[in-house]
Amino acid sequence: MPDIDKLPAKLELESLTVGYHGVPLISDIAFSLAKGEILTLIGPNGSGKSTILKSITRQLATIAGTVYIDGRDIHTLSGKEIATKMAVVLTQRVRPEMMTCRELVAAGRYPYTGSFGLLTAHDKEVVERSLDRVHALDIADQDVTAISDGQRQRVLLARAICQEPEIIVLDEPTSFLDIRHKIELLGILSDMAKNNGITVVMSLHEIDLAERISDRIVCVKGEKIAAYGTPEELFKDETVRALYDIESGSFNALLGCVELPAPAGEIRCFVTGGAGFGIPFYRALQKRGIAFAAGILPENDVDVAVAGPLAGKLILTAPYMPVTEANALEAKQIIDRVEFVIDSGCPTGEYNRANADLISYARENGKRIITTLKELSEVS
Amino acid sequence: MSKLTVQGRNTVRYCIVFLSLLILFFIAVIWSIKSGSVDISVKDILRIVFLRDGTDNVAFNVIWKIRLPRILLSVLLGGALSLSGFLIQTFFRNPIAGPFVLGISSGAKMFLAIVTIAMANVFKQMPLSITVIASFVGSMLSLLLVLLFTGKVKNMSMLLVIGIMIGYICSAVTDLLINFAKESEIVNLTHWSLGTFSGASWQSVRVCSFIVLPALLIAFLLSKPMSAYALGEGYAQSLGMNVKAFRIAIVIVTGVLSACVAAFAGPISFVGIAVPHISRILLKTNKPILMIPASFLCGSVFCVLCDLAARMLFSPTELSISTVTSAIGAPIVIWLMVSRGRKKDA
Repeated sequence: MPDIDKLPAKLELESLTVGYHGVPLISDIAFSLAKGEILTLIGPNGSGKSTILKSITRQLATIAGTVYIDGRDIHTLSGKEIATKMAVVLTQRVRPEMMTCRELVAAGRYPYTGSFGLLTAHDKEVVERSLDRVHALDIADQDVTAISDGQRQRVLLARAICQEPEIIVLDEPTSFLDIRHKIELLGILSDMAKNNGITVVMSLHEIDLAERISDRIVCVKGEKIAAYGTPEELFKDETVRALYDIESGSFNALLGCVELPAPAGEIRCFVTGGAGFGIPFYRALQKRGIAFAAGILPENDVDVAVAGPLAGKLILTAPYMPVTEANALEAKQIIDRVEFVIDSGCPTGEYNRANADLISYARENGKRIITTLKELSEVS
Repeated sequence: MSKLTVQGRNTVRYCIVFLSLLILFFIAVIWSIKSGSVDISVKDILRIVFLRDGTDNVAFNVIWKIRLPRILLSVLLGGALSLSGFLIQTFFRNPIAGPFVLGISSGAKMFLAIVTIAMANVFKQMPLSITVIASFVGSMLSLLLVLLFTGKVKNMSMLLVIGIMIGYICSAVTDLLINFAKESEIVNLTHWSLGTFSGASWQSVRVCSFIVLPALLIAFLLSKPMSAYALGEGYAQSLGMNVKAFRIAIVIVTGVLSACVAAFAGPISFVGIAVPHISRILLKTNKPILMIPASFLCGSVFCVLCDLAARMLFSPTELSISTVTSAIGAPIVIWLMVSRGRKKDA
């Protein structure tokens, strides 16, 4: 039974075991969601995110445990009752023959219409409202097969909204979408959760987006849930690295940036960066496979997020403090050994005057100074 | 373009399509009654059909004993064939599936071959009733086999493959039997395989309407879940519909309809694939609630006209119905494939 102390949760999973054909894939899944909360399942491909979602929507028989909606076991609810409480957006391709977007959305009225599925004036109004909700009124009369992936995803969401559910379950709704459409779709979901009190359960591949939109996150990996909590609790670099077994490359949870593995080999270049100026150079060097050192950067500089995982050697100083003699000396020693130096163009002031000194030092020692990406591209 | 005008325009289109189909239907029927070895004027036709005037007249007998049952049978079976085609296309979400892909006609033929050869000594000329019963039983047997798999397979295309394989097995058995049969024993079978409405009688019209009309009604009642099913099983299930029961219902209705056609007229080709498509193009929608009556009506008109052509083109030699439906249907199917391919490339 669900916890009696608090109000019945909108959606609650109690020691749920899911899998195919009676073979358990993931066991002891438990979480509970209130009205208007967003929960995101993250985890590597094939970890079982869809399996969990399918078990919640009754597409897949559960092996053990219970799913409750408003404190009621979903297996005691009729198909129609579930349909009025929960709607889905699935990964399967929808390619109906000769159907307009409006007709597709209107299919969401199924649990409310009579034996012949004829729409009442109220039903039609809900259809229009749902289309408007996802800004799809302009494509309402187009054939479903004639619209783009981004538009189709929004129309499918409108179909789910048209079902007037309390819970929407979405399986990887952002796959195949470009970044603009991803943001647009998640924006609609977030708005619906906040303003309409709709509870959202979904799986996402984009951990950075998951962090920003979710109230709760479930990390799916292995036979049990790897982690469950708020994004603030979970989004430490180690959690993500462990979840996805990232051995090469990195993921910066705070900024949500993903970096490829650092270039290997002898350090050939020194970059003076800061305030984001160095970032395009670090990434360009990574792409070219040129190992580099970077500095001298305050520990809290935005450059560190990228240079940290990519640089072969990084010289850091305490924030808001002038560069120490030891740091400057170390940098000069590296400059002595490299082939060329990159001046990323970061303005120098009182705290980072040392970087300007380093460029002068390099010039005096006859090192090639590169200041643009174009010049860098000409380096062999 | 405001939404009201688009929706309004669609409603006008539906009305025009149904009205023209009805007009075409009456023209086809009257033309068909009129034409033949005895030519009868339209005035006489109306008098004979509606007033039952002139009982001892030759025209009266030709109309009531020969032409009318044949036309009614082609109306019923043409509609049944087209409707079962539409149902199977909805079921497989594949617009080029036909009602006989489930191996139904092959099952009918195999069973008919067995019965024909086994009873070759009993009957000199095979009675029509036995042909009908044998092919219906054969169809039902292969339908049962398909049903057995329907509940088990997850993937619909697998069922399609199973249907085709069942068809091959039945054909192999049939060919084996034919190899060892005497020419005279399989005349009936060959005749059946070509397909014809010439065996029509009031008796067969009555039996057919008992099967086809209730099946049409059931199909119509299934139109709501059918429209949800078009989105895919996952969505259909999430809307609260019982997908498994629906699948079985569709296979049974399709199977019974096409078995009825196979039994009374033989395996008529192409109507089941091409006609639902023509209706879809006319209506510009795939909504089952419109498509079910439209494809039935369209199938009826198509078959009445094709039967007329079969009777009249090389009169007094009568063509088999499949000859005509194939000649018209096959180019339509090719055109469909090509235009579909082009649409996908774009």
